[in-house]
Amino acid sequence: MFEELSLKLDAALKKITGQGRLTETNISDTLREIRRILLDADVNYKVAKDFIEKVKEKALGKEVIASITPGQLITKIIYDELVELLGGGHSEISLNPNGATNILVVGLQGSGKTTFSAKLAKRLKERKRKILLVAADIYRPAAIEQLKILGQQIDVPVFSLELKDARLVVTESVKHAKNNGFDTLIIDTAGRLHVDEEMMKEVADIKEIVKPTETLFVVDSMTGQDAVNSAKAFNETVNFDGIVLSKLDGDARGGAAISIRSVVGKPIKFVSNGEKLENLDVFYPDRLASRILGKGDIISLVEKAQETIDEFEAKRMEEKLRKNKFDFEDFLKQIKLIKKMGSLSSILGMIPGLGSQIKNAQIDDKALIKVEAIINSMTKLERENPKVLNGSRRKRIARGSGTTVQDVNRLIKQFQEMQKMMSMMNKKGFFNSSNKNFKFN
Amino acid sequence: MSFFKNFSLDKIKSGLSKTRNKIVQSISETLTGKAQIDENTLEQIEEILITSDIGVDTAGMIIENVRKALKSEKDRSADNVLNLIKTELYQILPDSNNKILLSSKPYIILVVGVNGVGKTTSIGKLAYNYKNLGYRVIVGAADTFRAAANEQLEIWAKRAGVEIINSEKGTDPSSVAFETIKKAAEENYDVVLIDTAGRLHNKTNLMNELSKIKKVIKKFSESAPNETLLVLDGTTGQNALVQAMEFSKVTDLTGLILTKLDGTAKGGVVFQICSKLKIPIRYIGIGEGIEDLQEFDKESFISALFETKEG
Repeated sequence: MFEELSLKLDAALKKITGQGRLTETNISDTLREIRRILLDADVNYKVAKDFIEKVKEKALGKEVIASITPGQLITKIIYDELVELLGGGHSEISLNPNGATNILVVGLQGSGKTTFSAKLAKRLKERKRKILLVAADIYRPAAIEQLKILGQQIDVPVFSLELKDARLVVTESVKHAKNNGFDTLIIDTAGRLHVDEEMMKEVADIKEIVKPTETLFVVDSMTGQDAVNSAKAFNETVNFDGIVLSKLDGDARGGAAISIRSVVGKPIKFVSNGEKLENLDVFYPDRLASRILGKGDIISLVEKAQETIDEFEAKRMEEKLRKNKFDFEDFLKQIKLIKKMGSLSSILGMIPGLGSQIKNAQIDDKALIKVEAIINSMTKLERENPKVLNGSRRKRIARGSGTTVQDVNRLIKQFQEMQKMMSMMNKKGFFNSSNKNFKFN
Repeated sequence: MSFFKNFSLDKIKSGLSKTRNKIVQSISETLTGKAQIDENTLEQIEEILITSDIGVDTAGMIIENVRKALKSEKDRSADNVLNLIKTELYQILPDSNNKILLSSKPYIILVVGVNGVGKTTSIGKLAYNYKNLGYRVIVGAADTFRAAANEQLEIWAKRAGVEIINSEKGTDPSSVAFETIKKAAEENYDVVLIDTAGRLHNKTNLMNELSKIKKVIKKFSESAPNETLLVLDGTTGQNALVQAMEFSKVTDLTGLILTKLDGTAKGGVVFQICSKLKIPIRYIGIGEGIEDLQEFDKESFISALFETKEG
């Protein structure tokens, strides 16, 4: 869902990858780019501005740690800020284990309240709650009918009354629940604009009547800059407990989530992402932050790499890469390092931007074992000078490693391609000496 | 001469409890005693534009043009700066031809959009307006997916006093569209409005379904549907552009309906849509009542960008 944003950030970060340290100049370009990315993603103007300020402060104050690149450093700073902004750990809705749990669902028109109410009912029903859905939207034509149909689909009763006042409907529903042994009430209210005083008063009154355990504000993930205004107004009126981000199965970048979260300080509790009633997910702020920075998790990658690779070895490797003398011996070392860091697929999954490219590729961790075996069956001469690998040597290596000549051929071919790629990267200045911190990992 | 009898600028304005001219105020504040527009002022203009969802690029472009224009401009008063910006914005929007000419009979209007933008409500209002002009109107409930969508349209049809072709949930929407038009042709209706299910533009199968509906409608005449209106939620941000682009790939959009403008959202993303796709904005939705649909008016829309609502 946030892939597009990630790709853009990747592109922005690439601009400072390969530069030695964070300076006022190179960081300001990047920050401008990040600001733009945030605004394009519908993060509110002021929220984006504050965010950039914070990142800038942290980035400039920070010494560049020897073992990571500036790009990785700033990614980490942005990530940390985002996680902080999104509020840390996730929170589920609170259910009253003994007494009644009343959940009030509010929001603008068309945000997806009715669908969410039914999804939540389905979810809680699976937890053995005895649920009553309450149709408190007496205004929109056929809103009651819609909830009834959805209730039928999940076999949850729907309470409705033909009344002119939603307050009365809700009052009656609370009585009805008490008298009929329902322990959970989900109240689907009418969509309303935050500037509609009469309707805002109505929802405030409903809240007073229901005394909800949870009040959830449903917001369309496609919402633009105005999200802060409506969220603020709803929060002032009903002091909601959590946010539901709807229609995340679309391709909107969902920056509104960041805006709302930062303006009202309430957690995002659910993600509604499809028209089917099972399309409801719990929200994890850390996942959202990771997604914004890249499908993967560069932070863990940086941390793992820091733990695993020693400084001296990295320098030696860089030297070899620059001189284009990367051989099978080095290849073997890399494989051992990768194995120390975890499985290949998990490492690749941590690299931002790569996510979409390898999403469909099958990564076989067993392939590494084969590669290792093949290299282990090579003589020192062969490892250092792969050019000497003629037919008979290949046959011998295949026999020695328990593989086939085709396997050996394939590995040599891949290795040659890798060498070619590296010499290309060399020419582009990827490994130039100003980038002291580059590591092949 | 306006198509809608209820058309009135005063109605939008009376809806605003308090408006003040935000930009003139902020520019005045920074301009007092200064000979030049400074970065701070331009930043404030940028903020007003961006918070209207106009997008970073469009905002940047406008500010650049204003900066250039100001170089040769002697009058740097706040009013004049504001006028320069408004002129820039005015040029982006294509003129909407609001003259209603029913070029064929029946005149077929297809209404499309993502979920929850207000398609059915807009159709109810459109039906009412055409009815008031003395036309015979029929609506087709081709949203056969969402629970109670048919019932919702039925209530609107009743309110507007127009005919409806109902549908069973799960039936083929193309066949509903077909039936509606067939009845319209046989029974001499003037206007056909086809409601469709909300669909996210990134769902290929649903978009394919829409192009099938279009093909079926085309069977009646090459020019059908005479209008395909995309309904956009005025509170939607930059994604509205993607929506417009994707929908225009499967249908030939002839106009936009921008809804929910009775809140504080400005709907500024339409500037990008109009400049990229050259589609005019036809109507705006400003409330839940049957009369709350207005013909789009460039000037008042642009003015509203710089006004702020206070509760």
